[in-house]
Amino acid sequence: MVQEWAPTRRRLLGSAVALGGSALGLPLGLPAAQAQGSNWRKYAGTTIEVNLIKSPRGETLQRHHREFEALTGIKVNAEMTPEQQQRQKTTIELASGSPSFDVVHISYHVQKRQFEKGRWLADLSGFIADPSLTPAGFWDDFAEAGRTFARDGQAVGALPLSVDYWIVYYNKELFARKNLAFPKTFEEMAETAEALNDPRAQVSGFVARGLKNANTPVWTSLMLGWDSTPIQDGALQTDTAGAIEAARLYQRLLTKAAPRGVSGFNWAECQSAFLQGRIGMWFDGVGFAPPLEDPEKSRVVGKVGYGVMPAGPKGRAAATTGDGIGVTAASAKKEAAYLYCLWATSKEMGARLFASGSGVPFRNSVLADAEVRKQITMPAAWVDAVAQSAPVSRLALPVVIPVTEFRDIYGIALTNMIGGADPAAELRRATAEFRPVLERSEKA
Amino acid sequence: MLPALAVVGGVIILPWVFTLWMSVNEWRIGGAAHRFVGLENFARLLGDARFLDSLWRTLLYTGLSVVAPLVLGTLAALLFEKKLPMRGLLRGIFVMPMMATPVAIALVWTMMFHPQLGVLNFLLSLIGLEPQDWVFSPATVIPSLVLVETWQWTPLVMLIVLGGLASLPQDPYESAQIDGASAWQRFRYLTLPMISPFLLVAVTIRMIDALKSFDIIYAITQGGPGTASETINLYLYTVAFTYYEVGYGSAIALVFFALIIALSMLLLHLRQKSALLAGGLK
Repeated sequence: MVQEWAPTRRRLLGSAVALGGSALGLPLGLPAAQAQGSNWRKYAGTTIEVNLIKSPRGETLQRHHREFEALTGIKVNAEMTPEQQQRQKTTIELASGSPSFDVVHISYHVQKRQFEKGRWLADLSGFIADPSLTPAGFWDDFAEAGRTFARDGQAVGALPLSVDYWIVYYNKELFARKNLAFPKTFEEMAETAEALNDPRAQVSGFVARGLKNANTPVWTSLMLGWDSTPIQDGALQTDTAGAIEAARLYQRLLTKAAPRGVSGFNWAECQSAFLQGRIGMWFDGVGFAPPLEDPEKSRVVGKVGYGVMPAGPKGRAAATTGDGIGVTAASAKKEAAYLYCLWATSKEMGARLFASGSGVPFRNSVLADAEVRKQITMPAAWVDAVAQSAPVSRLALPVVIPVTEFRDIYGIALTNMIGGADPAAELRRATAEFRPVLERSEKA
Repeated sequence: MLPALAVVGGVIILPWVFTLWMSVNEWRIGGAAHRFVGLENFARLLGDARFLDSLWRTLLYTGLSVVAPLVLGTLAALLFEKKLPMRGLLRGIFVMPMMATPVAIALVWTMMFHPQLGVLNFLLSLIGLEPQDWVFSPATVIPSLVLVETWQWTPLVMLIVLGGLASLPQDPYESAQIDGASAWQRFRYLTLPMISPFLLVAVTIRMIDALKSFDIIYAITQGGPGTASETINLYLYTVAFTYYEVGYGSAIALVFFALIIALSMLLLHLRQKSALLAGGLK
């Protein structure tokens, strides 16, 4: 079922971040034990296995594992794998009933329903209510959107780690060269992309994911501009007028203004092309920004603009995905594993995530902390894009069990469109293929 | 005897029996309990357009991946059989691709195929040709992947054929030379028939290898663009480990296994016939 963000989140991010907020949080670098008052040493001597997704979020956690070990006396054995492989590995291991890990990093937008259905995560609500493990106010500090992601009825699954809004990165130098302004609408975005496109100069106006499966969120994000979502009240809406128009726009952008071979591009290839200074606009998650401002990796340092998603014919929406971190139901070390999740979602770790531009934590006190804002290494425009995306954020993908099949089946249709196929026909075919998959999953 | 039987049973027979059992069940990882469905999964294959497309693609990919290395490997063997200066060193360099790890090869070729940054389009530009999309276009993805297979496995064919050439008797060649046969005639009517058992060994090995090719295709294209390079192996992987339908995936695996066995039997039969023919010539 497609869910939208609760308004409290909009108020918090929209106002607190944009206006600087109040200094509710604690300064960076303060030991977490002091900051939150938990009995961190209670499970010293335990060893836990942690399964992370290779991403800026996972890397930020892994970089600071020694700090967690020093704080708790708990030894961490961590493995980090690319997201597609991690999803397969965790699903197979969890379904077997004896996973090799105690802590698991999940993508809510892909794994939430599947994990809930399989009852693979431990209910953390008891630990959250236990004052010897959890500081007072911890749960209430999460934005409502994060708590919605984490809840499974009365139970609490993975703790909310990071939210990712989709924004438009743009090369200000290329825009200035052609005297163009950042687009306000989808139509302007397509026109601007075509105006920027200059194959002779090896400049492409626009890039986004063309690789099957990875490309589906691009299309569903565009659908939001037609106030359309893939599934409404359990019914597929993927061959409706809004879905088809969004697909036509996807096709137009990726055939008339994208680099050669874009049908093989995932976010990494898009990022590489943008880093080379050869791309006018790149549409993807806000957490991919750090390398753009790294002089060792980027040719566009100081030239990058960060724009909130332009408005579609029926409104503006920033597509949103989220990560969580939870304890497996099969773990024999649930308390120690929970302490890891508590640490991973602590203010200190959230501040590090936010300051480095690797993600946006769900914790309100981090977003509202003036000290944290001072530590942010990303340009102010990036923070503004985050702040402006929050009030218009909507889920990028439907919360259903067969999300992977959804992404795969529609992803193939979208890739075919890049090859010239008719969007309406492709969407009808994909919808006919996905409908029984969805029905089977709901009956199971 | 018993330990050997236990190993064979545990390592080979048991997994196959279990695969067979899964194939007659509707079985989804993380889904409801599995349910016996008889041959339903196999019947579903007949109406599965994606499976049928992947079957055709597998045969095309295999055919090209056998023929190209076979022709080039045979030519290379004929060349390296001659006493060239630094022949040993050149042979050594020529067989190097065979020793490389498939994923490493895939990463290198992915960069080479890159439409903007890749060396292949740069080389084309040097001779005034238009850049190509290589693995990024449905029209050229299969030939491009076959290019990688050919690059890696031509040396294997060369080694097999070199072995065959070294074992050939010299008498028929001397007689042919006295009779005034040209170099082409000697190759066509003597060398080729006599090395045909070796060629069939090379074809069998290459065919089995190309049929089950997964790593290079997955690492370079993941079966894309769209499904343009999705062979049975990749589709099977998607069904079993992306859609988690292990019952249906097992049915695909069994059909695929039957296909490999059938083609291998056919080649073994041909090899026996050609060995008889070559024996007659010797």
